[in-house]
Amino acid sequence: MAAKHVNPTRMELTRLKKKRITAIRGHKLLKDKRDELMRQYLDLVRENMEVRKRVEAGVRSANRNFVIAKAGMSEAALNTALMAPKQEVNLRTGEKNVMSVEIPTFEYTTRTADENDIYSYGFAFTSGDLDGAVKSLADILPDMIRLAECEKACQLMAAEIKKTRRRVNALEHVIIPETEENIKYITMKLDENERSTQIRLMKVKDMMLEEAHHYNEKQSRTSECV
Amino acid sequence: MYKIAVIGDYDSIYGFAALGLSICPVKTREETRDILRRLAEGKYGIIYITEAAAAQVESEIEEYRDKTIPAIIRIPGVSGNTGAGVEGVKKTVEQAVGSDILFGGVS
Repeated sequence: MAAKHVNPTRMELTRLKKKRITAIRGHKLLKDKRDELMRQYLDLVRENMEVRKRVEAGVRSANRNFVIAKAGMSEAALNTALMAPKQEVNLRTGEKNVMSVEIPTFEYTTRTADENDIYSYGFAFTSGDLDGAVKSLADILPDMIRLAECEKACQLMAAEIKKTRRRVNALEHVIIPETEENIKYITMKLDENERSTQIRLMKVKDMMLEEAHHYNEKQSRTSECV
Repeated sequence: MYKIAVIGDYDSIYGFAALGLSICPVKTREETRDILRRLAEGKYGIIYITEAAAAQVESEIEEYRDKTIPAIIRIPGVSGNTGAGVEGVKKTVEQAVGSDILFGGVS
């Protein structure tokens, strides 16, 4: 496969051997990283799916409650009731490092100490259904925050897993075989050079001896005598 | 300190205002895109967006996929659940594993 030309020198051979060792080590590490990421990802994605189903069901029932509430009140009254929210949610974000993937952590605080302080209207002019609707929405807020955390983490980890997998495959199927091929090529070439040098030396030695002692002539003379 | 925003048609999201989330009612595609951009660049850590609105701005959402902040999360709107949220989770599984081995049979 030696597609590109390599110099058959000892220096290149040493370099390639070092490269192979690094590649094998890197391959092993990346493979471990991929496996561990995958393990954590699978746990997380299962939770993600569960929370999502819960949130979707919650939002659906909250929406239903809101529709009912809206039916019992004039639109103007409803809008006025929800116009000035009492509560405010602040989000504190942190970062957690999972196998070198930065995943966010969310923590929320409400402006007033009482989390149930969500009714931004007087109870006189609103229907009771609205209270229930707002409450049902407030109940799923923690789940919604958790969903955001999970889903973002899953997205980030999936991207990282994909990247790591490609790296592992590239090392395993391209870099390492290519390096080994090149090492083999250089070793063969060097051996071949060595053999040809040896043969050349032997040949030269033969020629020099011949020059000094004239073996061939002597041999032919003795055979004539006999 | 970050805040949480909700994008979607007014009927789907007005309830969230009571909880103290910022609501951004949108109607057109352009509006959705502009607001999404403004929120994502601003101080919003989580942006919930209704599935109907999300469908209009897929490419923009895709841009923020690799960033840690903000998390853009699809939620069902008042008009019903289109399954886009679950689809999104399946997509990440596909990306990570190569094929959807976990939830293939579900839904």
